[in-house]
Amino acid sequence: MSHGGNAHGYPTPPPSSARRVLGHAVARIEDRPLVTGRGRYAGDINFPHQLHMRIVRSPNAHGKILSVDASAALAMPGVLAVWTNADIAELSPIDFRADKNATGIREFRQPALAQTYVRYIGDPVAAVFADDPYVAEDAAEQVALAIEALPVVMSASDPPGEFEPGRSSEAIVLHHSFGDVEAAFRNAHAVIELDLQTGRHSGVPLETRGAIGVYDAAKDLLELHGAAKIPHRNRETLCRMLNRAPSSLHLHESHVGGGFGIRGELYPEDVLVLVAAMRFERPVKWIEDRREHLMCANQGREQRHRARIAVDRDGHILGIEDEIFHDQGAYIRTHGVNVPNRTMCMMTGAYKVPAYRAKARVRLTNKTPAATYRAPGRYESTFVRSRLMDAVAAKLGIDPVEVRRRNLITAQEMPYVIAFDEPGVEALEFDSGDFPALLEKALKAFGWDKLQADLKRRRAAGELVGAGVAIFMEESGRGPSDNAKIKVDPDGTVELITGGASLGQGFETVMAQICAEALGVDYRRVRVIHGQTDLIDHGIGAHAARATVLTGGAVHVTATMVRDKALEFASELLQTPADDLDIVDGMVMRRDTKGGPSIALGDLAKRLAPGSKLLRGRDPQLAAHGWYNTDHTVFPYGVHLAVACVDRDTGRVAVERFMVAYDVGRAVNPLLIEGQLVGGCVQGLGGALSEEFVYDEAGEPLSATFADYLMPTVHDVPDVEVLLTEDAPSPRHPLGLKGAGEGGINGAGGVIASAIDDALQMSGAITRLPVTPQRIRDLLRR
Amino acid sequence: MTDKTDIILIINGRAHAISVEPRKTLVDAIRDDCGQTGTHIGCEHGICGTCTIILDGDAVRSCLMFAVQADGRHIRTVEGLADGETLHPLQQAFITHHGLQCGFCTPGFLMLAVNALEHNPNIGDDELLDVLASNLCRCTGYQNIIKAVRAARDEMRGAKAT
Repeated sequence: MSHGGNAHGYPTPPPSSARRVLGHAVARIEDRPLVTGRGRYAGDINFPHQLHMRIVRSPNAHGKILSVDASAALAMPGVLAVWTNADIAELSPIDFRADKNATGIREFRQPALAQTYVRYIGDPVAAVFADDPYVAEDAAEQVALAIEALPVVMSASDPPGEFEPGRSSEAIVLHHSFGDVEAAFRNAHAVIELDLQTGRHSGVPLETRGAIGVYDAAKDLLELHGAAKIPHRNRETLCRMLNRAPSSLHLHESHVGGGFGIRGELYPEDVLVLVAAMRFERPVKWIEDRREHLMCANQGREQRHRARIAVDRDGHILGIEDEIFHDQGAYIRTHGVNVPNRTMCMMTGAYKVPAYRAKARVRLTNKTPAATYRAPGRYESTFVRSRLMDAVAAKLGIDPVEVRRRNLITAQEMPYVIAFDEPGVEALEFDSGDFPALLEKALKAFGWDKLQADLKRRRAAGELVGAGVAIFMEESGRGPSDNAKIKVDPDGTVELITGGASLGQGFETVMAQICAEALGVDYRRVRVIHGQTDLIDHGIGAHAARATVLTGGAVHVTATMVRDKALEFASELLQTPADDLDIVDGMVMRRDTKGGPSIALGDLAKRLAPGSKLLRGRDPQLAAHGWYNTDHTVFPYGVHLAVACVDRDTGRVAVERFMVAYDVGRAVNPLLIEGQLVGGCVQGLGGALSEEFVYDEAGEPLSATFADYLMPTVHDVPDVEVLLTEDAPSPRHPLGLKGAGEGGINGAGGVIASAIDDALQMSGAITRLPVTPQRIRDLLRR
Repeated sequence: MTDKTDIILIINGRAHAISVEPRKTLVDAIRDDCGQTGTHIGCEHGICGTCTIILDGDAVRSCLMFAVQADGRHIRTVEGLADGETLHPLQQAFITHHGLQCGFCTPGFLMLAVNALEHNPNIGDDELLDVLASNLCRCTGYQNIIKAVRAARDEMRGAKAT
């Protein structure tokens, strides 16, 4: 660990008050079609003559396939084909993304249809293709599977079993460390050891997955509709798997009904509709039902931590050690081992930790595969870190806030680098931040001190009520590159083509604002295109809070290029130096005088048409294609505060208050950021209190309906208070931006555990998420 | 199972003469046979409320009914809320208060809330929460949905009073 590092690059950007539209809480441009029923989600996309696919799924959590008898299904009118793995024998398993180091884990990838073994209930075994979705479903029920049951492994902290004969279900053991951990624990005033668990839950978007494959044999062009999140990256993977050139395979994103990290990853069904579309030369549509979603879409978070912390007598952290049992589920999906790696690298959070050693045992179990869910590895590690800090406070008799205060990295120490000893493990380089300042602001805004007195009084009167705090780091905007194309139409409309993706977070509005700010147009005149691989060849997509930072950076660069071209050209037409010109509401005019000569951007575009005599060596069109490249990640940070009240009789936890304090560097649209933070917070509360994918000892999923998988409703959520600050714009970004997609959820598990401990006045009581009424009742009975 | 029945669904005042299997759900018929895809399918087991429509004056979950049960009856969906280019006050309130993100649950919430406000324009805040607790949203954390519906209620009440 060291600090110091790269010089800051960009000057501090102006505040929103000095901006026209960037930083302002303007209404979204994407809303009108969505409130009038004109959205176009995967289920709304149809092609003439399309087939419908239905997947036959394993009823066994682990077993050997003895036979698949499709004769009855094939005899049904309207059924075209039933495939098993033998029909796609040449197809590789669902591959990792190209940028993932996959050494030693490729054997654990999931085949599109199970080959020899089934490994979770829901594992695709066969695919039925029929003219009608109802018929496809009927036929799927007629496919007879003979499966020889094998022993199941249902916990990652149980001894490993076998993935296949001779291959352990412990796929890999990963390490992150720095500093002298032995010395830290040897010299400690106190050492605390905790055994902690985060429960299995997931994003569960309201729209289930969907995929429509279309093949144009005349052009040898393959299309996947219903794409989301990372269309360009998925195209790379699909080209590799299907051995096709990128120009012959295109992904098309339409409206997406929520993503949260799990939607838009590549799944078996996406590949199957493409292969089938080619083979049958007919469009093939697949829409997941909810039960399938709850058994097959990526789940996440399930980890057990045996964590230790060493501190001096004042509560300063000397070292942290953690052994993680990461429940990967049945296969390793597209992210490889990203989640356990992010868990380990973000474990020390916003604190100064001189020595650290973590080991993650990535173990396969006979459950639905796990992957990234909003704030992957961070929700988990913040829970563990928060529990450790609360335990230190209790052990040393120091106030929980004070013990955190004493360990925070300060603004003077920025940029702050956390480097790991293991070769190839990327260092974290915190770019900017004032963590102590945000903590104090949050405590003040929440009325923390007065609150403590109130809570004490209420507890004295018999209530089980308490408050908690969690502090966390986020990461966003990881490089390397994104690009954008901008073109001004003769009528002044601006077309902005990005390689980004929208999962409903307000991407179009944010990009339009960034474009409009640089170009001097009304943001509502910008048509934002995303998720179309045929319109732009590269795109970073929408993941890991990248969109606003990286794609936004590309939009800023490109809009500035168009602006420069417009001003240079207008300068000649208006006989005015370009430096004296500005663009206001789509008109190029003099900065200093009102009513002088002016020209509309659309008119400039007209005069730049191909063949125009005014071109004089310029390329035609008022347009540009720009790139934003960066080697860096930017690090937002936040504080969560919460008040929880426990019902002694029912064990139900009511979250009375919740504050998300978050420094976003610079906000593009505070209204949308608040939306992200509040929405994320409520998802996090679900994972903290009620959402859990439960399995029985035979591997049967018990949470396969919305009656069993309990997501928060209006009645379960507090009025979340948001304190959005802009104290630490990123010096690594031209607009100072940092991401905001995951700051609402990151600390939710940690802070709720902290608040419930306080409510029960039982330090360290909460060791496991979610804290269901049943678990509270068990605690109260002790 | 392939014997079809001829029925008429009257959606937003327009009659759709369709032929469906008796087992076809109402939401599938509205979407696939009548082409009104504004009504979405979220769970198909009656919990999320994404497919909420108004049937003869009551908010119902169209995934829990068969299309044949709605034969000849009046259905209102999200496509019928706006008056031409003029949005319904609730649609406008959802935009103004950022009451939607991905928009998938939005048609269901709109129909649920419109129905509640039409039945009781003076509905109280708590009762409104009880109504809104019938549907699930995964993006917004509900806060802005609540704000939007309260604002629309107040606006519609004000408009009636003047």
